[in-house]
Amino acid sequence: MIIRFIAVLAIIIVFWLGTRKMKIVPGRFQSLVEMGLDLVRVNIAEDLLGKKDGRRFLPILTTMFFMVLFMNLTGIIPFLNIAGTSVIGVPLVLAIVSYVTFIYAGVRKHPAAFFKNSLFPPGVPPVLYIIVAPIELVSTFILRPITLTLRLLMNMIVGHLLLVLFFTATSFFLLLGNGFSLFSIGTLAFGFAFTLFEILVAVLQAYVFTLLTTVYIQLALADEH
Amino acid sequence: MSFSLATTAISAVVRAAEEGGEAHNPVLPETPDIIWSAVCFVVLFIFFWRAVLPRIKKLLDERGEAIEGNIEKADVAQREAEAVLEQYTAQLADARVEAGTIREQARHDGQRILAELKEQANSEAARIAANAQAQIEAERQAAVVSLRSEVGTLAIDLASGVIGESLTDDRRSAAIVDRFLADLEASETRAGGSSSTSSTGAVSS
Repeated sequence: MIIRFIAVLAIIIVFWLGTRKMKIVPGRFQSLVEMGLDLVRVNIAEDLLGKKDGRRFLPILTTMFFMVLFMNLTGIIPFLNIAGTSVIGVPLVLAIVSYVTFIYAGVRKHPAAFFKNSLFPPGVPPVLYIIVAPIELVSTFILRPITLTLRLLMNMIVGHLLLVLFFTATSFFLLLGNGFSLFSIGTLAFGFAFTLFEILVAVLQAYVFTLLTTVYIQLALADEH
Repeated sequence: MSFSLATTAISAVVRAAEEGGEAHNPVLPETPDIIWSAVCFVVLFIFFWRAVLPRIKKLLDERGEAIEGNIEKADVAQREAEAVLEQYTAQLADARVEAGTIREQARHDGQRILAELKEQANSEAARIAANAQAQIEAERQAAVVSLRSEVGTLAIDLASGVIGESLTDDRRSAAIVDRFLADLEASETRAGGSSSTSSTGAVSS
């Protein structure tokens, strides 16, 4: 739990400092912060939702992205060493937020027709509704939050387990003190490689989580499902 | 259906985990975990919503304005520069025309002055020539007069020598000379005769 608070604190410090004295011509640190925020604002929100809706949902999407990103990154920071997202609380809460958000967006846009359109998509022959409606129900309202949660959770757990495995093996082989100690070099190298890989995964999972939420919102806002 | 299946599966897993001891199913949430995660989310959400994004929005607006302002400023400067250039070009053209006019004027003036000088010189030359002519005429007249008296004297001396008798008697000698000369002139020209006669008359009287 303390790791999450550290991550939250890190986010607040970084963005507080990064946006405290914003200049029209940015400095190095400000450029970096802006680049991060622009990734969410331009590449995710505005590309998928358009300018107007993108701005509406931007706070939630930004929070999601940076919360996941920073809590993922704690998995490879020395002395923290476990991702804040590798315990189910954070992924679950964020998935619920995403779930509530896209349902809210759909209901606001089409107060009457949202659930009907979601379950009985127009343009499908009525007979097929027997098959389509349960599929839509499960995929839209049940599987979406579960997949969001589990994808992030499992990625982080597995990454953590891999790192633990490699570094424990390194330690084990090294302490053997005989010919097998040479293996420790290999396991250390793999551990290092997977640490780098975990950075990629951390960014990628944050991006995917936010992107999927955005896509769900976009589908809910779309006139026809 | 699927729900109840899932829950039985999960509870079975949990039971297995509890039997196993410390192992805990990572998929099963714990209440404090959820609560604190939610707190983290809410804190971050408010932070981004209220603090970071408005600042970014303000910054983006300001930047957009600055860029637009700069573009506008550049446009104004461009237009000004073009106006000045046009003005200069016009002035240059004016100056060229003026220079041409002045040159033309100067050429005309020069020609006029030249012509005047030439005329002046011509008239001067004519005047000098006329003077010279008059002077020559006067000298010739004087020469003719003096020559006449001298020739008369010489002729009378010669004639007195020839005839052995003095012809110094003034009255007679003058009459002879006059008659001689009058004859001479009369034989030469009829027009000059009368004038010489009158002059001889003046001399004789």
